[in-house]
Amino acid sequence: MLELDGLGFTHDGSDWLFRGVSHRLTPGGILTVLGPNGRGKTTLLRCMVGLATPTEGRIRADGAIGFVPQSHRTPFAYTALDMVLMGRARHLRPLATPGRRDTERAHAALERVGLDHLAHRDYPQLSGGERQLVLIARAIASESPVLVLDEPASALDLRNQGRVLHLLRGLADEGRSIVLTTHHPDHAMEIADTAMLMFGGTDVRVGPADALLTDHTVGALYGVRAHALVLDDSDDPGSPPRRVIVTRYDQEPPS
Amino acid sequence: MPTSATERARARDQAPAPTLAIGRRRQRSALIGLPLAVLLVGVIALAIGRYTVGFDQVLRILIGQLLPIERTWTDTEEAAVLQVRLPRVLLAMLVGAGLAVCGAALQAVFGNPIVSPQILGVSSGASFGGALAIVLGLGSAALVLGSFGFGLLALVAVFATSRVRGPAPPLTIVLSGIVVGAFFAALVSLLTYLADPYGELQSIVFWLLGSLATATYGKVAVAAVPVLLGGALICALRWRINVLSLGDEDAMTLGLRPGRLRWLLLTAVAAVVAGAVAVSGVIGWVGLVVPHLARLWVGPDHRVLIPVSLGLGAAYLTAIDTLTRNLGVAEIPLGVLTALVGAPVFLLLLHRSRRGMWSDA
Repeated sequence: MLELDGLGFTHDGSDWLFRGVSHRLTPGGILTVLGPNGRGKTTLLRCMVGLATPTEGRIRADGAIGFVPQSHRTPFAYTALDMVLMGRARHLRPLATPGRRDTERAHAALERVGLDHLAHRDYPQLSGGERQLVLIARAIASESPVLVLDEPASALDLRNQGRVLHLLRGLADEGRSIVLTTHHPDHAMEIADTAMLMFGGTDVRVGPADALLTDHTVGALYGVRAHALVLDDSDDPGSPPRRVIVTRYDQEPPS
Repeated sequence: MPTSATERARARDQAPAPTLAIGRRRQRSALIGLPLAVLLVGVIALAIGRYTVGFDQVLRILIGQLLPIERTWTDTEEAAVLQVRLPRVLLAMLVGAGLAVCGAALQAVFGNPIVSPQILGVSSGASFGGALAIVLGLGSAALVLGSFGFGLLALVAVFATSRVRGPAPPLTIVLSGIVVGAFFAALVSLLTYLADPYGELQSIVFWLLGSLATATYGKVAVAAVPVLLGGALICALRWRINVLSLGDEDAMTLGLRPGRLRWLLLTAVAAVVAGAVAVSGVIGWVGLVVPHLARLWVGPDHRVLIPVSLGLGAAYLTAIDTLTRNLGVAEIPLGVLTALVGAPVFLLLLHRSRRGMWSDA
């Protein structure tokens, strides 16, 4: 469970990056945050995991919050397994080093993201997608009931995007609460129960993903022409058609 | 992506069995072989010198101190091994192990593989603290305490000025270290200028040259306390050092308190460097070169890197100190030889891993 209660953030006390952000995310729930660059998505996530302090409002969670940053560089070439093992830090006594059980859990987490065969490879030499999956495995190994992910699919190719989205759905189905940011409305409609649209300042809209994400809201949010299409591409004849949102990349977007 | 348990099991069976990677095998061989190598270097160092004692005699003399065995050696041999060489070898091992472990810890704390106690100005800070104690006419305890206090001050100054938010680029850290080091070096010069030329000046100059030639069991005891205490703390925190090296934000979201952990480590480093500087002056390059050699050998995981740096540092400085005693007619200053050996070795390492080290600079 993760509860955001009236969160607001401002650097100078007058110009609010966002304000009045409230939502209660139950176990098994997925919240997707959308918004143009610079409207405070990353700052909101940093507030959730304690890397930034909100100017007002409160955050409550029923346990540790695991954070998956965008894949980054490391000063030393640790192996993928060593990286995942660091997720166990919260569970070890101050002067202890990880034991056999921690290593087993790290292997299990790598297996969960489908990368156990790369356990002994150097993390910096993995592809961007593999590094992102290793960081997700690290969060799995930390056994946090809440996971917060900063654009987990942004560096990935199309196939790996699908892989990460279904991995997140599976993790939520086990009872975790998940928050992620993305620029793709499709990602939100694929896996999320709830969407949060950050229009800027006090205009933050939260609601069921399939109701909130329309051609109008997405078009207004990003200042582009967006269209909703109904697509019946499921292999399962019983499942209903799905709605997708496509954008027209105009040279001069409507103001 | 396999979803059901059976699919996962099938995928696991089809995947190649996880073999023990080369890195793990090297780590094991290093942890087993290194203590033996340190012992071997120690025995060789005890045996050779202006007065040569046979290896078997050295072993007998050492064992004879613990067990009642037949005395097959002369008094001269025993004096050479136990009174002259053993304190020096022990001191070389303590200082070498301490400086190497400090180098490895600092490189992780700063997230930067090209720092060392000397580059960061800790050694200069510690030597100023020690010189101050000598000028004020205080004892060896004050020498260590002074070295510790000013060594820590230098470290904190470098950290505060270079790392404003997130890891600072390598060049910024090195520049801060050079500036802080130069400042304390100037203070040391001021002290030597003010010191009585017929009294303290000589002690300061000889002490700062960097040598183990005046080793005594008393000095071993003086160095052992801070080096062993600080070294033990660094060893105990060696896994958390991995987490800290990823940067404060990662460490914090993984559940550590990076600020507190870094303070603990910097304090431990200052204690070890103070102990080393107090008995041997400023010996450069060990803290830079040895962790790099260790990393090439066993990889960057500090759970293994820290103990391997410890053993490698002990063997390295003992070997170099033995060379200073035996290469020329007169003894070559230790600091000179560590630089003559260390600088080319480091250039070679830098060339091999240049891209990885400087890409963020």
